[in-house]
Amino acid sequence: MGGLLSYFRNLLGSREMRILILGLDGAGKTTILYRLQVGEVVTTIPTIGFNVEQVTYKNLKFQVWDLGGQTSIRPYWRCYYSNTDAIIYVVDSADKDRIGISKDELLYMLREDELQGAILVVLANKQDIEGSLSVAEVHQALGLDALKNRTFQIFKTSATKGEGLDSAMDWLSNALQNRK
Amino acid sequence: MSAFRRDKKEEEEGSGNPFQNIEKTTVLQETRTFNDTPVNPRKCTHILTKILYLLNQGEQLSTTEATEAFFAMTKLFQSRDVILRRMVYLGIKELSAIAEDLIIVTSSLTKDMTGKEDLYRAAAIRALCSITDVTTLQGIERYMKQAIVDRNSAVSSAALVSSLHLTKIAGDVVKRWVNEVQEAVNSDSVMVQYHALGVLYHIRKSDRLAVNKLVAKLSHMSLKSPYAVCMLIRIACKLLEDEDSSGGGSSDSPLFEFIESCLRHKSEMVIYEAAHAIVNLRRTTSRELAPAVSVLQLFCSSPKPTLRFAAVRTLNKVAMSHPEAVTACNLDLENLITDSNRSVATLAITTLLKTGAESSVDRLMKQIASFVSEISDEFKIVVVQAIRALCLKFPRKHSVLMNFLSAMLRDEGGLEYKASIADTIITIIEENPEAKETGLAHLCEFIEDCEHTSLAVRILHLLGKEGPRTKQPSRYIRFIYNRVILENAPVRAAAVAAMAQFGAACPDLLPNIQVLLARCQMDTDDEVRDRATYYYSILETQDKPLANHYIVEGLQVSIPSLERALHQYTMNPTDVPFDMKCVPLAAVPSEEIVNPSAKGGQADGMLISAASSGSKVLAVAATVSREESYAEKLRSVPELVAFGPLFRSSEPVELTESETEYVVRCIKHSFPQHLVLQFDCVNTLSDQLLENVRVEVETPTGYQLVQEIPCPRLSYSETGTAYLVFQFPEELGATVGTFNATLKFLVKDCDPATGLPDSDEGYDDEYMLEDFEVTLGDQIQKVTKANFGAAWEEAGATHCELADTYSLSNMGTLEEAVKNIISFLGMQPVERSDRIPEGKSSHTLLLAGVFRGGYEILVQVKLALAAAVTMQLTVRSTNPEVAELVTSAVG
Repeated sequence: MGGLLSYFRNLLGSREMRILILGLDGAGKTTILYRLQVGEVVTTIPTIGFNVEQVTYKNLKFQVWDLGGQTSIRPYWRCYYSNTDAIIYVVDSADKDRIGISKDELLYMLREDELQGAILVVLANKQDIEGSLSVAEVHQALGLDALKNRTFQIFKTSATKGEGLDSAMDWLSNALQNRK
Repeated sequence: MSAFRRDKKEEEEGSGNPFQNIEKTTVLQETRTFNDTPVNPRKCTHILTKILYLLNQGEQLSTTEATEAFFAMTKLFQSRDVILRRMVYLGIKELSAIAEDLIIVTSSLTKDMTGKEDLYRAAAIRALCSITDVTTLQGIERYMKQAIVDRNSAVSSAALVSSLHLTKIAGDVVKRWVNEVQEAVNSDSVMVQYHALGVLYHIRKSDRLAVNKLVAKLSHMSLKSPYAVCMLIRIACKLLEDEDSSGGGSSDSPLFEFIESCLRHKSEMVIYEAAHAIVNLRRTTSRELAPAVSVLQLFCSSPKPTLRFAAVRTLNKVAMSHPEAVTACNLDLENLITDSNRSVATLAITTLLKTGAESSVDRLMKQIASFVSEISDEFKIVVVQAIRALCLKFPRKHSVLMNFLSAMLRDEGGLEYKASIADTIITIIEENPEAKETGLAHLCEFIEDCEHTSLAVRILHLLGKEGPRTKQPSRYIRFIYNRVILENAPVRAAAVAAMAQFGAACPDLLPNIQVLLARCQMDTDDEVRDRATYYYSILETQDKPLANHYIVEGLQVSIPSLERALHQYTMNPTDVPFDMKCVPLAAVPSEEIVNPSAKGGQADGMLISAASSGSKVLAVAATVSREESYAEKLRSVPELVAFGPLFRSSEPVELTESETEYVVRCIKHSFPQHLVLQFDCVNTLSDQLLENVRVEVETPTGYQLVQEIPCPRLSYSETGTAYLVFQFPEELGATVGTFNATLKFLVKDCDPATGLPDSDEGYDDEYMLEDFEVTLGDQIQKVTKANFGAAWEEAGATHCELADTYSLSNMGTLEEAVKNIISFLGMQPVERSDRIPEGKSSHTLLLAGVFRGGYEILVQVKLALAAAVTMQLTVRSTNPEVAELVTSAVG
């Protein structure tokens, strides 16, 4: 069984998985990207444009695009949709005011043809902040119940504390491998 | 890198340009490859190279195309191939001017510029600054500041140069980086120091005091970088020139001392820069020049061709302004004549031509002839200029030189080269009457085979002007008529005009000319036909004055004004015919009166033809625009519109010293019946606000004050204008007089910082101004006469004449007398009669002008030099009163 698995791994390893990290500005996308890449919290500034890094997680190689979430940058997201294997959608659970906007952007994005096959991971981030929405609340606020024909999962995370990211990545790695 | 090298090798092996057949659309299609994962760096690098090649070949991309290519390029940031990334930077820079949404790569570039990979950092800075605008600059400001003081010199240099570029769009932001830049000036790196100085100067350049301090400080610091020292020399030079123009410069200035000390610098580059700077300073004396020239002399024998070239080129230039200083180098220059580098040899010979004696001319000309066909046009022009200078210096050598020039005219060459030769021949013809016939003959021969329309037209015009006055005018007709048969329309039209000149000036040729003109009326081109018909009909009347007015003399109105007047006329339909008299006359471009001997050594004799004819055009444009702009300004004052078209505006007259509390200058505008005095006032006191500013004038007898227009408000450092309008006295004799003026105004004290008055209360004050005069010249517009003799003769019959004899006891030379008379009467010297042949004791000066109201004035001044200058003045004018005024004004 282990031999078979590594066989698959090698097969898949020949191609990097392409992952987009999206979400509103200040949700923690860049922090998550570098947490995944170097395992540390780096100081970030608002991303004007994008960051792209190669992330290795448990022998799997990902090419991760972190696109800026400011209103002015969001229109450019679609330039980077093609060939995407998975989307990590980051939500600031403490930003109750803008969760509606976050939902709209998510649904708008999921309607894109180029993203029909992409796996979705929603991260309810900033769980360390007191009074933030719970996973269930985020789930509901984003209207994820209504999602059809989409492999997806929601996780609660805290990028600064490094909590929840591993389980999310585990799930994503498995989902990506099983898809083939 | 390996890819480049291979390409290069292929090229050398003779497979030609690998990019020769690429096409824009195909390459843009290929950019789709950028979207592939994983990226193939080699393939993508190649495609990027093609894009860069296309852009640099001048291929135009539309905004959409560029933006698409740009976005495809952004995908390449995922690859970590160093070469590919650097190509992406280049691509971004090239596309930054055309594509949209450049902002998208900001984060990526910021990361690269601050990252660990040194190979990325400098290039990323350059790319980042090319996509940055004022709004996004704030975001990267912190990183720029860090980069400027970075230890890596490439990074620091890149940041500095990029800052320099950014000053264009956000000068204020860059000014905030001054501390970092200052630190970079102390860098050990040669390049960083140079670039930092550049930025520092740019930040400070508007503040002369700060620049002065900067130079003073750095000149004592002994900069490590020779580039920086060179730059410092240039800055110092600029300061010196500024000081000179404001009148405070002198050779013992510390700035000059610094430049001179650089002559002893250890770097050749700096030594040359210093020598070059001293030589080019406008006001260097020969004593100051000597060390610089001796340095250049040393360079002349350097084994390095670049140094020899630089030295001889600079000497060539100095030879124009200070030939005697260069004479010391003659021996070294002689050695360079045989230099294997043709450019060096050409410059050496032409320099020698400028400094050498008359006896060596023949020998040097023979030397040049041996290789003139081997040098480029640019250097041929240098030779032509040298010959031109020689002709002016040694008029007797004209036949040798003219032959040489005509041989050059027959050779292959571009327009600029040919024009410079033609120009030189024309100058010789104008300067030297003996050379006229030969010169015209050479030009005639040249237009037989001249592919440059503009040159042919010019020469035809010259033939029309000069040809009729030669001994045998008929010989030119054939050359001119040949043009009508063989050339394109503009040349044919010019030829027709030239023939008409002959018809008007040479009665015995008239029948033949009429036959030729009649044939031209069958031309296919409208303009040619029109001209032929026009000239034919005028000449047909046999009316000499008519021909004089409409053929020999051109239009004397200012063309832009005519255009505007006609435009206005067509806008408002009316039965009244258009009146030419209402169009202001064109001012004759004021050429500086230089005596011929000085001109030989002066730079303006050497300007290449295009530049000199260009600058003449500019001068015309400038004078036109002076009166035009005044007219424009006066038209904007509603009270002044009623007085008719502006006739003449004087040069501004300063009524105060330049450094006083209030600066007032006066411009005198003459209208047909009115005199408008325009007072431009500047308030130089920061704690005063002036209101109701006006000038009061003691009205001279005969004048009548018609209107006073005060300037309502004049705050600190502003210029305001007050006007006074007078009616000219009926009696012309009373129009010339002195005005004494006082500036009157209401002062309100105010806060210097805000400029707001402390209270509404003010007090009246006044300020004495200097007296000024309204002269005859203010009422006369200069006009030219192409054929003064004919006009004078004609005026003898129709105009009234007054003559008088004067003794000008306070003038010692004829030149002085001529100069004074011209400036006093404000009239235009005609037919070069303002130039006095050397060694003559008598001279006739011919002047032409128009008095306000449109009265023509012609003046003939016969001067004789004995103990003092005696002058017989004859005035012919359409108005006896004007004639009287002229004669009485001189007395």
